[in-house]
Amino acid sequence: MIWKEDVECLPICELKQLQGDRLAKLVKYVYSNCKVYKDRFDQLGIIPESIKQIDDIGRLPFTTKLDMRDHYPYGLFSAPRNALNEIHVSSGTTGNPTLVGYTKEDLALWSDVMARTICCAGGHPDDIIQIAYGYGLFTGGLGFHYGALEMGLTIIPTSSGQTRRQIKIMQDFQPRILCCTPSYALHMAEEIAALGLDPRKSSWEIGIFGAEPWSEPMRQEIESKLGIIATDVYGLSEIIGPGVAQECQYKDGLHIYSDVFYPEIIDPDTGKPVEEGQDGELVITTLTKKGIPLIRYRTRDIVSINHEKCRCGRTSPRISKIKGRTDDMIIIRGINVFPSQIEHVLLGIDGVEPHYQIVIDRGASHLDQIDILVEMSPEIFSDEIKQLESLQKKIKQEIMAVLSVSANVKLVEPNTIARSEGKAKRVIDKREI
Amino acid sequence: MKITQISVFLENRSGRMRQVCSVLGQNNINIRALTVAETESFGVLRIVVDKPAVAIDVLKKNGFTANITDVVVVEMQDKPGGLADILGILDENKINVEYMYAFLEKSADKAMVVFRFEHPEKAVKVLTDNNVTIAKDITV
Repeated sequence: MIWKEDVECLPICELKQLQGDRLAKLVKYVYSNCKVYKDRFDQLGIIPESIKQIDDIGRLPFTTKLDMRDHYPYGLFSAPRNALNEIHVSSGTTGNPTLVGYTKEDLALWSDVMARTICCAGGHPDDIIQIAYGYGLFTGGLGFHYGALEMGLTIIPTSSGQTRRQIKIMQDFQPRILCCTPSYALHMAEEIAALGLDPRKSSWEIGIFGAEPWSEPMRQEIESKLGIIATDVYGLSEIIGPGVAQECQYKDGLHIYSDVFYPEIIDPDTGKPVEEGQDGELVITTLTKKGIPLIRYRTRDIVSINHEKCRCGRTSPRISKIKGRTDDMIIIRGINVFPSQIEHVLLGIDGVEPHYQIVIDRGASHLDQIDILVEMSPEIFSDEIKQLESLQKKIKQEIMAVLSVSANVKLVEPNTIARSEGKAKRVIDKREI
Repeated sequence: MKITQISVFLENRSGRMRQVCSVLGQNNINIRALTVAETESFGVLRIVVDKPAVAIDVLKKNGFTANITDVVVVEMQDKPGGLADILGILDENKINVEYMYAFLEKSADKAMVVFRFEHPEKAVKVLTDNNVTIAKDITV
């Protein structure tokens, strides 16, 4: 079933017309309501009325995560604070966090694109859905919640964690749809098996997995272990949260809802569009958002795009699975982490030197484990074990407080972290994804 | 009255302890007492040597993280109850022991116990007041 067939299957020429009309309206809207955009357009000599069709988009400037930080909290918003119904905040790097806010219309948009997402994955209004993404400031849980509510599904808002309880709830209520990170899906399969049960007999038939990059082999593993159709969902809080793109039953790319989130694929160095099918950075313009609409937002995610109509009938273009990043962001258990955030925490602790290494791996549990190796220095060394252990604990707590990520802190001997050309290799990602 | 102990940070990696001992041996430094405190991922080697100033220097030159701490070495008769008596004195005077380890003196029938106190001066006073012999050095 296709939730919004009239737009999801719109003939390409009509889609372009709709996108163009929306872009023209958007440019005027941000110009009149957001000083940051107005100043930028004025500087570049862009007259809002001159943007008439979607192909004019290349004349507009990019927006980056840095812009969001620089204008924290409300500088990039086009709607006043009292028009916002909900806000979500992600952790900051070394300064401001990223704030996104939704007006009532934006929440309706989010509900709509999430309903499209659940439908695209194969969901039906009669289904029971188990939402095991975190609820709260993270957009995953609430995004799925709104979409399921819009469609009229029966929602089980388990949120993340408490695996045994998740399994019990699955057994008792027989949800057909499971939403969580792909690594957590594998972890659940292991736990079900550990209880002496057959994971293939779980009630889940469809999985909507995202918030972290994953590969085809991982999909095959999840599908064979859980006896489920595993689909990929893409999104980012700056744009809306989950609900930017979703795979259909053919699993041949993720349908991006281009009538509302206009995609461009650019060369990250030159900013120019790449050829159809080539890898590049995904740039998104939110055509209809009201709270914090973004023009040509640089997602830093590397994908390719396919504009051909899909066998499922949708004309919305399909992006590939995320192939990488143009920055050093890493995703740990669905949480975005920049190495600089960890460095900031370490340097805030007296005596700790900036010689550290982040090692990410997936153990037998299939869940991401992060080890932070910190080189011992004369300033922090003590003959008393309890002093050293309390230092380890302090670093762990600070990282938890800033990033909401649980890390193992390991003290290592000086000069044991490889320094290549004076700059240490900060991140060792051993995950096979 | 206080004796210098050297502590060395060691990762739990094979051969690290040997490397410390080799460095000391090559520099003609004799280890008189030794203990290792370990955790899941690292350990701290604590040693009392005959030439602590030289030892700390060569260890640092060889890339080890090492520091010095004052410890108190107490002499006692090598017989049952010897250590209990000393600990009794400390306990009655509410002196807290951070950690301790023992070694035997080869030339005499004596046991030597290395104590790490939070307040070494106070501990030394209490012990001497109670006629406990504190070693002045351990190079004998």
